[in-house]
Amino acid sequence: MDMHRKKRIEIILEAPAMNRLSTALEAAGVTGYTVLPVLAGKGKTGAWTRDGLVGGAGAMVCVICITDPARVDAVLERIMAVLSRQIGLVTIGDVDVVRGERF
Amino acid sequence: MGMLDLAAANLLSPMVLFFALGFLAAIARSDLTIPEQIAKGMALYLMLSIGFKGGVEVHKSGVDAKMLGAAAAGIVLSALIPLIGYALLRATSRLSAIDAAAVSAHYGSISIVTFVAATETVRIAGLSFEGYLIAIAAIMETPAILTALLLARRAMPERKGEPLGALLHEIGFNGSIVMLVGSFIIGAITGPEGMKMISPFIIDPFRGVLCLFLLDMGLVAGRGLREGGRLLSPGVVLFGLYMPLISASLAAISCLLLGLSSGGTALMITLAASASYIAVPAAMRLALPEARPAIYLTLSLAVTFPFNLTLGLPLYLWLASKVSGG
Repeated sequence: MDMHRKKRIEIILEAPAMNRLSTALEAAGVTGYTVLPVLAGKGKTGAWTRDGLVGGAGAMVCVICITDPARVDAVLERIMAVLSRQIGLVTIGDVDVVRGERF
Repeated sequence: MGMLDLAAANLLSPMVLFFALGFLAAIARSDLTIPEQIAKGMALYLMLSIGFKGGVEVHKSGVDAKMLGAAAAGIVLSALIPLIGYALLRATSRLSAIDAAAVSAHYGSISIVTFVAATETVRIAGLSFEGYLIAIAAIMETPAILTALLLARRAMPERKGEPLGALLHEIGFNGSIVMLVGSFIIGAITGPEGMKMISPFIIDPFRGVLCLFLLDMGLVAGRGLREGGRLLSPGVVLFGLYMPLISASLAAISCLLLGLSSGGTALMITLAASASYIAVPAAMRLALPEARPAIYLTLSLAVTFPFNLTLGLPLYLWLASKVSGG
């Protein structure tokens, strides 16, 4: 089966900034993304958990998007315009996808 | 009822005891938790119930000049309290200008859960209140945030030109505000007939849901204190205890001019004395991400909320009886 090399960008960020990130991703031409709730964790700013939270502050989400390597720099620029001052983490990895024309 | 009787009745109410149970369970590192989705569902239920009931009251009583006066007083209190809080924090603690501005926003804005608990305290005391205070609660959420942003931007000249439009939209259409105001409007449109249709849902289970919700608040507050308590200096902790009293005094003075009922005065005082921990923290994460959430969230939720729930509410009820002569 033909496989296509793409970039997988994974962003963990605080929930209140999610709307701004999705706007930035769409503006950068990302064709799709997936948002996952994350349960709990610990980082530079201390431990956190979603349990019992009513407001968005204190909750984190994970956003995964697959994009073409040629577009990565532009996408990252948009992401960092949102994320540079927020609590969060961005990682990038290589992935192989089956339907390359979709990304 | 005297001040001590009010305090004893409040401390031994199921609401406060469930909050204490949650708080102690979190401090003792119990695995008792309420899942996030259930907590959010309960919060929506409480907003719907309190908003609808307030709307029905306004349907019955109509809108009068007192309501406009209360709205104006609410806006002034919400905008003014952060200025006082900021000055006090800068004078008595080592918080940076940005942290002090973020903390002061929480104290100018309101805690809708404290307000909901206060409505129960007022009802248990056999008092009624003006239904439009629900709308005043929603109005008081935002001015404090704007004042705090102006204070913070004095300390960050590079941020002065940033537009506020997106932030104002995010605050104004915050889910809890939409639910509260929307339910208020639906209650005001449908009136007692609408109430008759849904009262088995919004009246009968209300106190039980409030107890479970306060158990959750106790868990979150206890966990916040366990994780973030060490970041709070004595000066900051004291601020979390005396600032509500200053705000309550300012609200009491404004209520003298407004002529609200005893119950309404107690609620107006509670609104001013409460500190936000739902809408403002989310707004601060967007508008002032440099401010440390471990300070403002811990102070508001783990210091001021328990204080208001246990000692503040009977004190504000007593103060209201003195102010309104009730």
